[in-house]
Amino acid sequence: MSVGDYIRDSQIWKSVFRHPAPYDRRNRVVVMLTNFFLHLHPVSIKQQGIALSYTWCMGGITFFLFLVETITGVLLMFYYRPTLEWAFNDIMALRDVTTLGIMREIHRWGAHAMVITVWLHMYRVFLTGSYKPPREFNWVVGVILLKLTLLLSFTGYLLPWDQLAIWAITVGSNMARATPVLGHEGPGFQFLNLGGYDLITNASDARFLLLGSRFVGEETLNRFYILHCVAIPLAAAGLIAIHFWRVRKDGGISQPL
Amino acid sequence: MNSLSLITSCLTLGSTDPHPNVTPSVLYGLGWLYLILFAMNAVWTWKSYHRGRHFRLPEFLGGMDMPNAAVWAMYSIALLLVSVTHLTCASVPEALRWFVMPDFAKSAIDFVVADARRYFAVTTFGFIGMLLLRNWLAKPNVGWVLLNLSLLFLCVSLTDWDFRQIVGKPDNVPIVAMLFIVGFFTWLFFYRANENDRRSALGKGPIEAENNEKVLTWPDLVYTEMICMIAVTALLILWGIALQAPLEEPASAVKTPNPSKAPWYFLGLQEMLVYYDPWLAGVVFPSVILGGMMAIPYIDFNKLGNGYYTFNERKFAITTFMFGFLPLWVGMIILGTFLRGPNWNVFGIYEFWDVHKLEALNNVNLSEYFWYGIGRPLPMAPAGADFWTQAPYILLREFVGFVAIGVYLGVLPMVMAMTVFKKFFLRMGFLRFMVFSNLVLMMAALPLKMVLRWAVNLKYFIAIPEWFFNV
Repeated sequence: MSVGDYIRDSQIWKSVFRHPAPYDRRNRVVVMLTNFFLHLHPVSIKQQGIALSYTWCMGGITFFLFLVETITGVLLMFYYRPTLEWAFNDIMALRDVTTLGIMREIHRWGAHAMVITVWLHMYRVFLTGSYKPPREFNWVVGVILLKLTLLLSFTGYLLPWDQLAIWAITVGSNMARATPVLGHEGPGFQFLNLGGYDLITNASDARFLLLGSRFVGEETLNRFYILHCVAIPLAAAGLIAIHFWRVRKDGGISQPL
Repeated sequence: MNSLSLITSCLTLGSTDPHPNVTPSVLYGLGWLYLILFAMNAVWTWKSYHRGRHFRLPEFLGGMDMPNAAVWAMYSIALLLVSVTHLTCASVPEALRWFVMPDFAKSAIDFVVADARRYFAVTTFGFIGMLLLRNWLAKPNVGWVLLNLSLLFLCVSLTDWDFRQIVGKPDNVPIVAMLFIVGFFTWLFFYRANENDRRSALGKGPIEAENNEKVLTWPDLVYTEMICMIAVTALLILWGIALQAPLEEPASAVKTPNPSKAPWYFLGLQEMLVYYDPWLAGVVFPSVILGGMMAIPYIDFNKLGNGYYTFNERKFAITTFMFGFLPLWVGMIILGTFLRGPNWNVFGIYEFWDVHKLEALNNVNLSEYFWYGIGRPLPMAPAGADFWTQAPYILLREFVGFVAIGVYLGVLPMVMAMTVFKKFFLRMGFLRFMVFSNLVLMMAALPLKMVLRWAVNLKYFIAIPEWFFNV
């Protein structure tokens, strides 16, 4: 008996993998049903539905990039401190001295790539008419995921705390100042006042909510850090689960009727 | 460009030009780019050889039968020679005068792109041309020629210092890549859609319905996924090694960079700020874009084209979506990234970003056009009047704008329902049609304002700065 056979025959191995390797038809079916990571997929699938020239693989790559961003992001969180004192220095150290500082490069380029692959995924879904019944709702979930992807990228843009970061966020968040009714330079903010006293000022409007301050400062850094590392990833993960589940429930990948 | 190559280039050229167009490191890099181009075309030649297509030479060249592959082979060899020339000439850059962008071409291209009007006209007409010529453009050989031309354009342009500054910025590299990727997938769509449209004309089903047996997910799908994951990981690691993530000076709230740009994927929105105020360009329009995208499945009543590529069966839907995605979204990102410079002026791709470039801005409001046009002053409340005294004056002053917007979003949909979109109206019903037509009109609002700005210097349809309400 070879060592390999000995291992595969052991109780430990069998407790993890409940069936022989997927070499024959039966076990190729069973592996899809018993493996947690694989059970997202159906057991069998239409040939044209997995042709790369049809799917472009962009949704799958987007999800994979989400995982890459999560893993590299968690590693970066071990090192980076979101404070005015340390944020920039930590990023500089990641660039210059830290072992595996390349995680920052992978994280940033992965983020750019993810924005592009999300667009291409939606482009493909539109061009194949895959949003049509019965998949309308999943398209809606997808649009929300697009927005979350952009917000993830936007909130992460601030964290290096360099000139590029602070001014991009300043330009972006200045828009919130002009939110109708809820921004202190937006149309209709005058409607929200009590006895001649404006409720919407630069210290209480939509931009203040976003920044936690009247300008992009340490409160903003903290707020964006939490949004970037905790709040939006959780929301995205939840919606991704729904998105995948609905793909299966709505009849799998779209096909000619 | 890093400082080391700048120093070496100055030493080699013996010049002190701070903005050298051609340096040894540039030539060396280009040598590698041409080598990649050669490798791509060598593979293409091989495929062409196996396809075995021939064409007939014109009479004055002998009128012989030539295999297509022979042409590609000659082109590939030329690329190889160009590559070797670059790699060996890198030590004497001044010897290399052939493969740089000539000055007249630079000024011709800059003339077109360094002006938002011409840029928008070129992208829009380019888009229309693409739709009209889709059958020709989707041929593999034509697509390959276009890819080669755009890569050659990139290579030759890289010999320009200003071009390198803007294209070589680390954060801009993914945008350059995106242009090629979006171009490729648009081509792929037309390639597949044309094929299905031809089949449909012959009464056959789409290609996606053929050879469509069920296969087991393991191994057919999981192996593809595995290979994809490995390829993406490898790409990210190589990209991370080759290109350092940008890190500028530490943040400073007092040193405003000029230009201050939002992250690149929002530059289309920032571009709208030129034409509309922040409350519209930054808040209302983005919400309408997202809401409108969510509404698409509930608006599109066309049952055809579900699960396969087609253009003819969904002409309106695809044209509208592509117009939004290509000229308006991607096109405006290019404008914002590559062409917008200091003071948010438009610069050519080979133009130096001069902070002192001046552009005259004398924009006029619709209300001013109206009141001055009938020879009256603008209605004005007495100085120091309270809100309720002012309001009627302001509304009177701007009533033309309110009428214009009301007609645009309220009356125009009804006119469309009775004329061009009659079929749509009958299929959709009132509510759905109003949502649809308003979304289309909102999407058209950006190009409309652009054209009016350029044609008659229109600033605002409704201008009420007193209430931050400018449209």
